[in-house]
Amino acid sequence: MSILGTRVLRVEDPKFLTTGGVYADDLRDPRLAGAGHVTYVRSVMAHARITVDAQAARELPGVIAVFTADDFADLDPPPPPMPFIAPALARPWLTKDVVRYVGEPIAAIVTEDRYAGEDAAEMVSIDYEPLPVVVDPRAAATDEVVLHPAHGSNTALAFETGQLEGLFDGCEVVVRREITNQRVAPVPLEVRSAACAWGDDDRLTFWASTQSPHGARDFIAGALKLDKDKVHFITPDVGGGFGAKFSVSVEDLLLAVMAQRVGRPMRWVETRTENLLGMGHGRAQLQTVTIGGSRDGKIEAYSLEVLQDTGAYPHFGAVLPFMTQMMATGVYDIPKLAVRTRSVATNTAPVLAYRGAGRPEATAAIERAMDLFAAEIDLDPAELRQRNLLPPERFPLTTPAGANYDSGEYAKALQAVLSAAGYDDLRAEQRRRRESGDRKALGIGVSVYVEITAGPEAGEEFARVNVKPDGSVVVYTGTSPHGQGHSTSFAMIAAEELGVPVERVTVVHGDTDLVARGGGTGGSRSLQLGGSAVHKGSLETVEKARDLAADMFEAAAGDVVLDKARGGFSVTGSPDEFRSWAEVAADADAEHGLIVDTDFQAEGATFPFGAHVAVVEVDLDTGQPRLIRHVTVDDAGPVLNPVIVEGQRHGGIAQGVSQALFEEVLYDADGNPQTTNLADYAFPSAAELPDFDLVEMATPSPLNPLGVKGIGEAGTIGATPAVQNAVVDAVAHLGVQHIEMPTTSERVWRAIREASS
Amino acid sequence: MKLSLTVNGTQHDIDVEPRTLLVHALRDTLDLTATNIGCDTTSCGACTVLVDGESVKSCTVLAASVAGQSVTTMEGLAQGDTWHAVQQGFRDCHGLQCGFCTPGMVMAAVSLLAENPKPTADDVRHGLEGNLCRCTGYHNIVAAVLSAAEASK
Repeated sequence: MSILGTRVLRVEDPKFLTTGGVYADDLRDPRLAGAGHVTYVRSVMAHARITVDAQAARELPGVIAVFTADDFADLDPPPPPMPFIAPALARPWLTKDVVRYVGEPIAAIVTEDRYAGEDAAEMVSIDYEPLPVVVDPRAAATDEVVLHPAHGSNTALAFETGQLEGLFDGCEVVVRREITNQRVAPVPLEVRSAACAWGDDDRLTFWASTQSPHGARDFIAGALKLDKDKVHFITPDVGGGFGAKFSVSVEDLLLAVMAQRVGRPMRWVETRTENLLGMGHGRAQLQTVTIGGSRDGKIEAYSLEVLQDTGAYPHFGAVLPFMTQMMATGVYDIPKLAVRTRSVATNTAPVLAYRGAGRPEATAAIERAMDLFAAEIDLDPAELRQRNLLPPERFPLTTPAGANYDSGEYAKALQAVLSAAGYDDLRAEQRRRRESGDRKALGIGVSVYVEITAGPEAGEEFARVNVKPDGSVVVYTGTSPHGQGHSTSFAMIAAEELGVPVERVTVVHGDTDLVARGGGTGGSRSLQLGGSAVHKGSLETVEKARDLAADMFEAAAGDVVLDKARGGFSVTGSPDEFRSWAEVAADADAEHGLIVDTDFQAEGATFPFGAHVAVVEVDLDTGQPRLIRHVTVDDAGPVLNPVIVEGQRHGGIAQGVSQALFEEVLYDADGNPQTTNLADYAFPSAAELPDFDLVEMATPSPLNPLGVKGIGEAGTIGATPAVQNAVVDAVAHLGVQHIEMPTTSERVWRAIREASS
Repeated sequence: MKLSLTVNGTQHDIDVEPRTLLVHALRDTLDLTATNIGCDTTSCGACTVLVDGESVKSCTVLAASVAGQSVTTMEGLAQGDTWHAVQQGFRDCHGLQCGFCTPGMVMAAVSLLAENPKPTADDVRHGLEGNLCRCTGYHNIVAAVLSAAEASK
């Protein structure tokens, strides 16, 4: 029986449940003996000229060194974090003369221990001469206040797809609305942390909490002008990333420079406050949706205008609109599309990738637009969706946005989720409550989504399969799991194809000296690229072993078969002739065994899809919404390990729900952050969320041998609009058309008041 | 200052600054790194340990204030190779992903079950309100704690 598709418990867990993971701050590596602790001194103003006096800090006991921007004037600035971003917009090593957001690093202090660092940070004197502040992206777009005079404008990127003019000509009904996809914080439970040490061979060993060890190594080597092989990057256990740790930051990079100057290893761990001020945030789009069609419910045209807030130093956030544009029409057959986007700098923390990265924003926009249109023509929102879904016989297809959808069964997904939720009964209950004047109103929200994973370009990934002379197997992968369970999933793939027990397979990742190359983990790429590479490498290993076994048997390779049940090779018709994997591997190389390196090249990105139904109760007297049920279909192709896939869905759904109901990073008009710790930032606990009902559906992708698509971000993408639509739906009978996210009690209460006045 | 801490049944005589937090004494002085730090405001619970059997957030307790008391971290939860029912529940129900909140979550759950051995799902959700997780959406954590309660009957 195949192990694929079965509920294998994670091999990772025994460590995490006994001695705990080893995260960057837990490292007790001898190379870090005597390490200095780094503390960054950060700006308390959003936009100001500064003068820095660090002398008093230098004189404190326990202080090894204090660095300011002048100390790095001899270095070229760090490279831009992304392609397409002008070098003039890149972060400096430390800011000189001007600060551009609260939390921007101004000085770095190296101390003997972490408490001394906090003391010394208090002693750095900074004079601030305030400059005009721009927080609202609409104001930033006018360039009245320009953050980076050398760039000349706040606009980091802008592009257009299709023609807005005349797009809605001939539509009987056109609905237009501005929608805020608010700024949220990724909040991995482990904050940023890193350590480094230079060896006697001038080689740098660098540990950091990241999703992408090879990318981080290349970035560090590039910034320090080192050959890549002079940097050994090791990813320890990583306590969550959610896109925000896809790269390493300038704070990480600086450790290597300071280690060189001070002549000691360095280590750094930020506080949660620093994390919320400085790591970066997600989403942050102001959208204008316009949707047009016929009165009987056929959508004919759609436009999406996006004003993307990039924060002070444009990073991944600047390119989020590319993904939003690509997924703009979602699951619908909409012939005419126009997208116009602009990414602008503001005096706020940089915007990064956050679970979904540009795709949840696209889905939120179109799914809210569908509900607005349905309300306008007085049609059930599920029915409007059914009338406009792309039918399965159209696949594969290219959308007006230029996305090449591989496979999809959207109507089936919608039908499955409506049926599992008992949609008709829910509507009946809603009517009953409305008619009886129940003060707990029921709201039902629907979303249907499609997203792009392992894209936008066709991806590739590396794997090495090493059968050891004792018959055990070591798989090396270029992906970099941080909770996704690759050590279990990838072991299952190798075990299946090689015919060895899964317990005999171990997976190595995250060390650039051990793994030749890799793209890390992000964009839901890992199973479809990394898993496919392990699959391909395993098959190639079988072929190579078959040839070796044939020589051992003195038989033709064509007569040699892999006997998975026995874990070795035999000759057709002579089952007594048998060589185990251990024997074949020892024959290949008595010391190292049999090694196969391979790269899997995908034919294209894949497009997972699904449908969510959210059920909320809204207290009409207080406005408080409460999610009471959430039912989802998340179809990412065949499921390799249901345990892990369900976990990915649960976590994604929770984050999506939480954006709709709770979370928002807030700045006041002067750029002062209002949500700088987990007491102020509305991070949900178990008490705010229900269990989630998962409905299974699996439509294979034709683009990889496993037929799989990415599941990491699906839940997040589907959940947010379903919940927002549910909250609006709960009070729609009172005349409410739209409520911005997060749909807090206050916002709901105000919406009810305004609609009734 | 010199003080004596009993952690996981072993007495340690340590010399730390008076302001040293229990979590830093555990992690930096005793190298017991399972207990994690996830925030600055006693909000996340990643640092939860037991002091004389009751859960406390060790980022808000001075090491000096628990001198003479008995501290249990996740490292001290299993009896030899035999796991505590909560550890087993988390494994069986996939109650963890990145593992960072796990030591605190497990210790909070141990404390919860000591107070309420037969909780409902709602009891678990409210009982663990002080422990945050970003990966699991809590669905499987609730299942893990209920499974541990069931196994402990």
